[in-house]
Amino acid sequence: MSILKVKDLKVHFPIKGGIFGRTVDYVKAVDGVSFSIEKGMTYGLVGESGSGKTTTGRAIIGLNKITSGNVLFEGKDITSYRRAKADYYKDVQMIFQDPYSSLNPRKRVLDIVAEPLRNFEKLSRQEEKKRVQELLELVGLSPESILKYPHQFSGGQRQRIGIARAIALKPKLIIADEPVSALDVSVQAQVLNFMQDIQKELDLTYLFISHDLGVIRHMCNRIGIMYKGRYVEEGTTEDIFNNPQHIYTKRLVAAIPDIDPNKRKEHAKFRQEVQREYEQSFNDYFDENGLAYDLQSISDTHLVALPKKG
Amino acid sequence: MSQALLKIKNLKTSFRIKDDYYAAVDDVSLTVNKNEVLAIVGESGCGKSALAFSIMGLHNRAKIEGNILFKGKDLANASPTEWSKIRGKEMGMIFQDPLTALNPLMIIGDQIGEAIYLHNKNISKEQRKLKVIDLLEKVGIPHPERVYDQFPHELSGGMRQRVVIATAIANQPELLIADEPTTALDVTIQSQILDLMKQLKEDMDAGIIMITHDLGVVAEMADRVAVMYAGQIVEIADVYTLFENPQHPYTRSLLNSVPNNKEASSKLHVIQGIVPSLQFLPRKGCRFSARIPWIDVSAHEENPQLHEIEPGHFVRCSCYKHFHFPEEEVQ
Repeated sequence: MSILKVKDLKVHFPIKGGIFGRTVDYVKAVDGVSFSIEKGMTYGLVGESGSGKTTTGRAIIGLNKITSGNVLFEGKDITSYRRAKADYYKDVQMIFQDPYSSLNPRKRVLDIVAEPLRNFEKLSRQEEKKRVQELLELVGLSPESILKYPHQFSGGQRQRIGIARAIALKPKLIIADEPVSALDVSVQAQVLNFMQDIQKELDLTYLFISHDLGVIRHMCNRIGIMYKGRYVEEGTTEDIFNNPQHIYTKRLVAAIPDIDPNKRKEHAKFRQEVQREYEQSFNDYFDENGLAYDLQSISDTHLVALPKKG
Repeated sequence: MSQALLKIKNLKTSFRIKDDYYAAVDDVSLTVNKNEVLAIVGESGCGKSALAFSIMGLHNRAKIEGNILFKGKDLANASPTEWSKIRGKEMGMIFQDPLTALNPLMIIGDQIGEAIYLHNKNISKEQRKLKVIDLLEKVGIPHPERVYDQFPHELSGGMRQRVVIATAIANQPELLIADEPTTALDVTIQSQILDLMKQLKEDMDAGIIMITHDLGVVAEMADRVAVMYAGQIVEIADVYTLFENPQHPYTRSLLNSVPNNKEASSKLHVIQGIVPSLQFLPRKGCRFSARIPWIDVSAHEENPQLHEIEPGHFVRCSCYKHFHFPEEEVQ
């Protein structure tokens, strides 16, 4: 059974205008997105800036208001059941992009990591301290650091404090919004390895939002590609990287710089070809508003947004 | 051999913390030739941006020692007036974040026009406008006449970066310094900007110093690569050698930590420890030694120097000869 199911999710933001500040139009940040995540998997959500990937993640956890559509967590519809939400907030946690702005600089690590515990569990001071120390040990920080402040840590360490906070309540699903884009490559490796370790240990499911296709390829089992608030392609990592069908996906994959300088010329030529194809066949893949069509399945695992035949 | 466009000799840039000076760039020597891209790679805090700012003369409180020979002239301690003649004319800089590099209250045309005006005050307004539109066209901006009258917020990130590049190349500089020019951009835009920079390099026969932490960008763009760690260059080689036959432990670790085509379950290499802060940097001995503790101390040099191990390939410290990853068998 899938742990999270998103059905035709729409998030529209009103544009206010005129002297009375009436709503004149909507920005369709997310416009009809459906996908589901299996338990224990890592699902990658990819797209360029403005594609709506972050909005999707934030809408799922409840940080953005859902305009229409459903989010089902373990079969329960959390968009309509208010009462189901208390548990939901416990089971779903988020790791934010920037470890410099997502930790309150005036709070000690103890207070930062214990905040979710204080909200949901009634623990005595001693118990709380013990739990926080365990969590810090789990993320590879020394238990003595509970009395330090965020500025005393490096970027990678801070991101791990963010992770400690996210796993404090033993969640089932973690939404990671660009968890490593603010970090250096060596620190990035550390955080990614660590995320894989705790996934096994705590049986976690990830929704991994990123624009970095290298990281996505390394981490994810299944990938969804977004463009202007809509899905253009969805499939396994194999499908997306070895057999991309939509021209937008092809272009995105071709744009990843090759780490082998010997293939530079070859790669540049390939990229130009894809770019030409993209310009020529743009109208075949997108409708008159420049948006993607609905998804059609082309194999058991692979869905592509193509126009309906006939 | 052609004369080097830029030759840096033993450059040392120090900042004052309390009462002492600490070198953020320590004994860096390098050359950049015409029509060449030199990439400087390193993690945050390794001094790569401090180096770029020193070359451009943008530090105002730092102590700069050594020589910066640009076309044979030493700029290390040039006066502000001398600098303002060179900066923007013979040297151009492309900044990381196009939104903060542009003035939000000025239309695009005036921003680029200003760069032209400052170095050529005799040019008429009409001519200047034509030149700006020409530049906008050159960097691949559609409808340059319309963009001329627009403000930065009306453009997308990629277009803004093109405007920044247009400003940098307005006076046909011979040396371009690009500080993380594509970090703030999406991959598809990144590849377009990189192609544009390659094109401009060919057209203007300029030398480019490209500062980045993205090894993919390096593989895509650079002719030669200098790897920096804790203020020093630890390895310098042409791009093919560096990716095929990296020698310094830091370069090898860095290349191993990039996720690339490996199986999803495989582990990425993690460099132990953290980059030491400026104040607590060991000034003697190999600066990378603390992060490879499994290598015997005797493998490091007392005072590590750059060794030329093959023509054009320099490696600092002799520890590279004994280096292996912890998971590898010791021979």
